[in-house]
Amino acid sequence: MTEIVALEALVARIAPGQSLAIPVDSSGVAMAATAALLETGISDVRLICVPISGMQADLLIGAGAIASLETSAVSLGEAGGAPRFTAGVKSGAFALRDSTCPAIYAGLLAAQKGVPFMPIAGIIGSDLLNVRPDWQVIDSPVGEARKVVVVPAIAPDVALFHAPEADRAGNVRIGRHRELAELAYAAKRTLVTVERIVDRNLLETEDSAAGVLPSLYVDTVAVAVRGAWPLALWDEYPADEAEIARYAAMARSEEGFRAYLSTFLSHRKQVA
Amino acid sequence: MSAERERREILIAAIADLLDGIRHVAVGASSPIPATGAMLLRARNELCGKPPVRISILGSQAHNFFTNGGIELFDCAAQGRVDAFFLGGGQIDGEGNINLVGTGDYPASSVRWPGSFGSAYLYHLIPRVILFREEHSPRVFVPKVDFVSARAITPEVPRRGGPHALLTNMALFDFDRKAGRFALCSVHPPFTPADIRENTGFDYDEPEVVRETPRPDAATLSLLRGRIFDELAETYPAFARAMRQAA
Repeated sequence: MTEIVALEALVARIAPGQSLAIPVDSSGVAMAATAALLETGISDVRLICVPISGMQADLLIGAGAIASLETSAVSLGEAGGAPRFTAGVKSGAFALRDSTCPAIYAGLLAAQKGVPFMPIAGIIGSDLLNVRPDWQVIDSPVGEARKVVVVPAIAPDVALFHAPEADRAGNVRIGRHRELAELAYAAKRTLVTVERIVDRNLLETEDSAAGVLPSLYVDTVAVAVRGAWPLALWDEYPADEAEIARYAAMARSEEGFRAYLSTFLSHRKQVA
Repeated sequence: MSAERERREILIAAIADLLDGIRHVAVGASSPIPATGAMLLRARNELCGKPPVRISILGSQAHNFFTNGGIELFDCAAQGRVDAFFLGGGQIDGEGNINLVGTGDYPASSVRWPGSFGSAYLYHLIPRVILFREEHSPRVFVPKVDFVSARAITPEVPRRGGPHALLTNMALFDFDRKAGRFALCSVHPPFTPADIRENTGFDYDEPEVVRETPRPDAATLSLLRGRIFDELAETYPAFARAMRQAA
């Protein structure tokens, strides 16, 4: 059964050393939970960005919370490059596993299907194959004779994201953001923060059920109002561009980052 | 500002021409000029009764018809359902390879960029990839990229995708996939072929007479400055506003 708990209890279920999968900025990023997680002093997280990340990954990196990073890119979008990511790569602060977007989705799909790897088109010729020895080029064993890249399954210990609402049974509305379902199908446990809990059953009609991740795949839900801020949450609020730009400027230096982080954590506490 | 607008309008019109004949173009996030070029083509086709054009702009709600999550663009591309796409690069070399990762020795790069995104995959699979990079300088256009995020040609593996053209602030190049080389196609006013040679770090072919990239005609400009900037405002409000204010 899905448990509905307080935000602090939700993040307490993420342990040092675990792999943590997070979605792209436009898909519902659990920023309030990220703040609460950083408050616990978490370390050694093996972060997996599905398939890229921005401020969330940069905050976790800057705070020294991660041991390794698998991603197709880390960028603040319009606000420019991700400063702590860039600095961390240069100093070797974490083990980096550069990827490409569809390879991450394919790895999750393999985990969802309970198979060790997934073949994927394209990629051949890229230097990514040299820096990712865990990816292999094989001759297709079936069908037409051709070379194909295979990537290993990605089964995160924990998936964490934010959505507009869940019902009391733990069904979560994800709209057309099906990548969130893919995260949940592949992960061993899924933690979701939501703007609100609704009394109606989200699986009641075909109309609403089509946009819902069933509670079968949802372990824990917590309410976090404006839980994606300063990032956007679809149909709810736009990104706070000024705040993201402020982060981009401050995070250029280690001291600036520390100052930003401490106000970010206290701001999130006030909202909670 | 109005010179800036003219520069952008030349790029937008050039993109619409490069996309002519396609059915479905996808545009990555944070790409206002490619998105505007795609919208111009869509409006133009509609007005002159040509087949309709589908546009998928990542990050847009209004100009996005995908409903199967982040993987859908990649699945569509693998099946041949996407005809055109745009890629850039921190470095682009004379063989059309692009680098989105960084310069120097991997992984402790001297300059590190965000990462390869979906390039390694999409470059292979989408037939008409337009390389678009506004900065035209020898630090971008290098003889050989330091890291190949996505390779332009792979003789050892058959593929559908690859570079179609390279568009910059100064010029438009064609790409010959057999030779694996760029050829200068046209130069945007006020630049000259000598400017291009000086600012391009790789070797390329050059015809005896290099034409000037045409300025968009009056009909194109009125379409662009009217309806297109309206359509664009949903996804790129700041860009649409800046283009309007320059008027």
